[in-house]
Amino acid sequence: MAAVTPLLLLLLLSSAPSFSSGSRNAYNINGRVKIPQGLGLGTKGYALPGRMSNVKVLLNGGQNITFLRPDGYFSFHNIPAGTHLIEVSAIGYFFSPVRVDVSARNPGKVQAALTENRKGLSELVLEPLREEQYYEIREPFSIMSLLKSPMGLMVGFMLAVAFLMPKLVENMDPEEMRRAQEEMRSQGVPSLSSLLPGGARN
Amino acid sequence: MAIRSFLILFILFFFSSLNPILSLYEDQVGLVDWHQQYLGKVKQAVFHTHKTGRKRVVVSTEENVVASLDLRQGEIFWRHVLGSNDVIDGIDIALGKYVITLSSGGSILRAWNLPDGQMVWESSLRGPKHSKSLFLVRTNLKIEKDNIVIIFSNGRLNAVSCMDGEVLWEKDFEGESLKVQQVIQPPGSNLIYVVGFASSSLFEMYQINALNGELLKHESAAFSGGFLGEVSPVFSETVVALDSTGLILLTISFQNGKISFHQMPISNLVKDSFGPAKIIPSSVIGIFAIKMNAVTIVIRVKDESKLEVVEKTNHETSISDALSISEGQQAFALVQHASHEIHLRVKLAHNWDDNLLKESVKMDQHRGLVHKVYINNYIRTDKSYGFRALIVMEDHSLLLLQQGEIVWSREDGLASIIDVTTSELPVERDGVSVAKVEHNLFEWLKGHMLKLKGTLMLASPQDIAAIQSMRLKNSEKSKMTRDHNGFRKLLIVLTRAGKLFALHTGDGHIVWSHLLQSLQKSKVCQHPIGLNLYKWQVPHHHAMDENPSVLVIGKCGPSSDAPGALSFVDTYTGKELSSLSLVHSVAQVIPLPYTDSTEQCLHLLIDADKHAHLYPKTPEAISIFEREFSNIYWYSVEDDNGIIKGHALRGKCTGEVADEVCFDTRELWSIVFPSESEKIIATVTRKLNEVVHTQAKVIADQEVMYKYISRNLLFVATVALKGSVEIGSVTPEESWLVAYLIDTVTGRILHQVTHHGSQGPVHAVFSENWVVYHYFNLKAQRYEMSVIEIYDQSRADNKDVWKLVLGKHNLTSPISLYSRPDVITKSQSYFFTHSVKAIAVTSTTKGITSKQLLIGTIGDQVLALDKRFLDPRRTVNPTQAEKEEGIIPLTDPLPIIPQSYVTHALRVEGLRGIITVPAKLESTTLVFAHGVDLFFTQLAPSRTYDSLTDDFNYALLLITIVALLAAIFVTWTLSERKELQENWR
Repeated sequence: MAAVTPLLLLLLLSSAPSFSSGSRNAYNINGRVKIPQGLGLGTKGYALPGRMSNVKVLLNGGQNITFLRPDGYFSFHNIPAGTHLIEVSAIGYFFSPVRVDVSARNPGKVQAALTENRKGLSELVLEPLREEQYYEIREPFSIMSLLKSPMGLMVGFMLAVAFLMPKLVENMDPEEMRRAQEEMRSQGVPSLSSLLPGGARN
Repeated sequence: MAIRSFLILFILFFFSSLNPILSLYEDQVGLVDWHQQYLGKVKQAVFHTHKTGRKRVVVSTEENVVASLDLRQGEIFWRHVLGSNDVIDGIDIALGKYVITLSSGGSILRAWNLPDGQMVWESSLRGPKHSKSLFLVRTNLKIEKDNIVIIFSNGRLNAVSCMDGEVLWEKDFEGESLKVQQVIQPPGSNLIYVVGFASSSLFEMYQINALNGELLKHESAAFSGGFLGEVSPVFSETVVALDSTGLILLTISFQNGKISFHQMPISNLVKDSFGPAKIIPSSVIGIFAIKMNAVTIVIRVKDESKLEVVEKTNHETSISDALSISEGQQAFALVQHASHEIHLRVKLAHNWDDNLLKESVKMDQHRGLVHKVYINNYIRTDKSYGFRALIVMEDHSLLLLQQGEIVWSREDGLASIIDVTTSELPVERDGVSVAKVEHNLFEWLKGHMLKLKGTLMLASPQDIAAIQSMRLKNSEKSKMTRDHNGFRKLLIVLTRAGKLFALHTGDGHIVWSHLLQSLQKSKVCQHPIGLNLYKWQVPHHHAMDENPSVLVIGKCGPSSDAPGALSFVDTYTGKELSSLSLVHSVAQVIPLPYTDSTEQCLHLLIDADKHAHLYPKTPEAISIFEREFSNIYWYSVEDDNGIIKGHALRGKCTGEVADEVCFDTRELWSIVFPSESEKIIATVTRKLNEVVHTQAKVIADQEVMYKYISRNLLFVATVALKGSVEIGSVTPEESWLVAYLIDTVTGRILHQVTHHGSQGPVHAVFSENWVVYHYFNLKAQRYEMSVIEIYDQSRADNKDVWKLVLGKHNLTSPISLYSRPDVITKSQSYFFTHSVKAIAVTSTTKGITSKQLLIGTIGDQVLALDKRFLDPRRTVNPTQAEKEEGIIPLTDPLPIIPQSYVTHALRVEGLRGIITVPAKLESTTLVFAHGVDLFFTQLAPSRTYDSLTDDFNYALLLITIVALLAAIFVTWTLSERKELQENWR
């Protein structure tokens, strides 16, 4: 598989004379699916054959389904002239559907374009636009994530209260504080501060 | 697990704005989801049991699957699902390493690598005329190390190289009326015989050189009696046929090019013969079978013309193909069914009287009769021959028999599900004992310690494996009782074979299965077809002691006036409570929203003559029904004529059928679509049991919009006649698609929109006040999805508080569909990348949770797409207020986020339907997708805001609390000390 060297991909859309079968014009669509390994990393290897065997090529929403040969080539037989849609279904890759014009007037001429980004194709070589990652990746353990969790926030808040509150209380004007405390006592509201060490101190 | 929050709505907003994507970590696979792979009913099986390597059997099925199975366990090595119109006609193994399949009416030949299933080559075969007769002939012909395979299809004989699929030679059979019946290749010779019938009474024989396709001889002979049906080859130069009356057996021999007929009336062979016979073709030398009514007769051919009856039996009999076990010796198997057992006999072709093997195997009677048998031999340690038999049963299951035992079995009937419903499990009565909890406490703590280690990334690989297996093995999920959250249910599925299965939602195991008597072939009903499943009895409240049951509706034969058949099945035990053969047909079933005192649901069955029949047939049901008589409306769609009609009830049946439960109907309205320009391709309504939480929708600027919620809305899509054909053959100018919203009580068209330059297929889903549909846009050459939302304008004035206070609102005015509704619609269209096979929408108990669309893509995956992406109020630049409301900026294409595939890295091959069922927990919905494979999972479209996830770490919570308490005491003592010091100062 890996030995597929830059082949000259010529044979793309060939019209096969449809013998004496009833249909007037039936053509073949031939193309190729290329799945590079390590997409986007610049290393253009090729996918393992095991993965290739699960790739399906679908014409016009499943009207015809074909599979890939070991070298990635596929073909649809007996296709009438017109505009067709080819989709590639491969687990782990995102392929754009491809619009292919099979013209009756000038057979052999390729007109194909990716429907996702309207990019024209000079030859019917289909490559995935991107890899698809179906699972979320577990983030590695970090102190930050632990601190951000509800428990972490709880501990953090508690520590803040325990160590910052006394500081705040200290900086307050003693007069003002006494007034506030008296006010509280007169209201009789059981306040959190009376429970806290900082508040318990008079 | 279920610590429910009263702040559901608040948290819902909080979480849904946080992250709209539903996603899964890789180690969560299999926790709540399960995936099962099936094949379908096996059509053909070929064994591959060479001494070296794994023993396999390659099968082709009626679901167009070609697969290689492990002969030891029945597991799938590899499998390919071909297109729905790519029917497999024949399979074979060539060169010991390729699987050859012939499909698409004999026009596509493919070779697959036997070990891994990679396609090796593909070739297209064409022929001069379309014909039904197809043959794939296995040969041992060798041309320079290459095997050739002989294929007859579409009036042409092809010899194809097994190496690369190249056609070596071809020969056309042009004869106008020639119907080729058999292609015979005598072993050890280079000749091919093609035999067939021309006109009605001419027998034709062609002798061809297999090496180059040269026609050596062509003979024909007339037989005045004509021919009927198939022929069975008995010797390499002799075939057996029936005359046109089906009463006389003809032995036709064409030795040395001379055709001779021998007639033998069946009555001479069998004394009490009755009626015309049918030949069951077999490939066994010298033996064939005929069938008359239920009697199977096995006949041996001696010499050229002597026929001899060797067996006559009333039992259902299947004969396998011949298996050559040694030079010139052929063995074959005969399987007979006798109540609870099946008898398997293996005989040599030339020696009928002795059995090589005779075994009886106990068989579950819910598997039905044996439909097919394939045999394979192996050599025992004592050098004698042993045989294994692969049998296909009436319920489409596949079993391997060896040494009188079932080695493995596969429930392949589940590959062709017709309908699905759910049932609750029984309530747990005794409760969990305390001792059990205490026993598990240590285990529980240990488990959570492991989990904590996992979270803190301190776990060793062994620990991680232990955590994973602990999570997957959770025995809670496959318990046979109802759970608090409603995750555990029974999925009741009806298969094409007429078998009902109950699958547990926890792990997908089969709880019970039942072959329905009403859907079995019988004298009165030759071709029974299962249609639908309905909930018949859903006990709650006062009928708690009853078991729930389902109603199975079927009919005899494909015609519309075929009589119907009903079955009632208990969903706890799987027992058929009763079955009914109806006198009337079943055109339509309307489950009514009324139940009687035993919680049986009322159903109205409409027959082909437009009479309505009420079930159950009890006086109580009739009295309930008569109370609601004037409130019952329904519609019918006639696709072929392009007519939609509305109906109501008129009164008791008049005329010859004086039945208490029969009612006459009347037509209320009809919509006729112009047949020359529009064709109905899709109709969708809301699900009957859907719950809508609120009618009001508060939009950004404190405005309120009222959803137009009616159970009687119908979405209809029509296309221009030319657009109803496949993609690729129409131009945008001559195709358009019209979407309608129709009120089914009045027949009023509430909304209509035309999409120019668009065509089908249309897949749509209707929920609450919106419909989403998927179609193909020819101009852009892309698929599109559109949403239509419908709002009630008549209540729009009600937002004024003063009006409400002064009582000037119209909230209490009665709603009638006959008053002209004042509605407005909003719609928007988006591009969608993939072709679609099915669309569904999530449903929850109270309808509070936001919705997700579940889209079954052409790649057999299920994509969850938030409904907020299909909101007609999306704009390119939403205002700040709109953003706060959760409106996503408009983009042309709908996003496909790989993490939101609910099937993650799996495929539900041959996807046909997606079913959603609400769990009891408001946030969660259960999703079941079926095709050739089955897939089940739980989804929480707005995350599980009302329960803690399985991942929740109780140990971490405990540790945090302990740490907090410790900190409190430490700081307390510190401050006490400080205070003391200050006082000393």
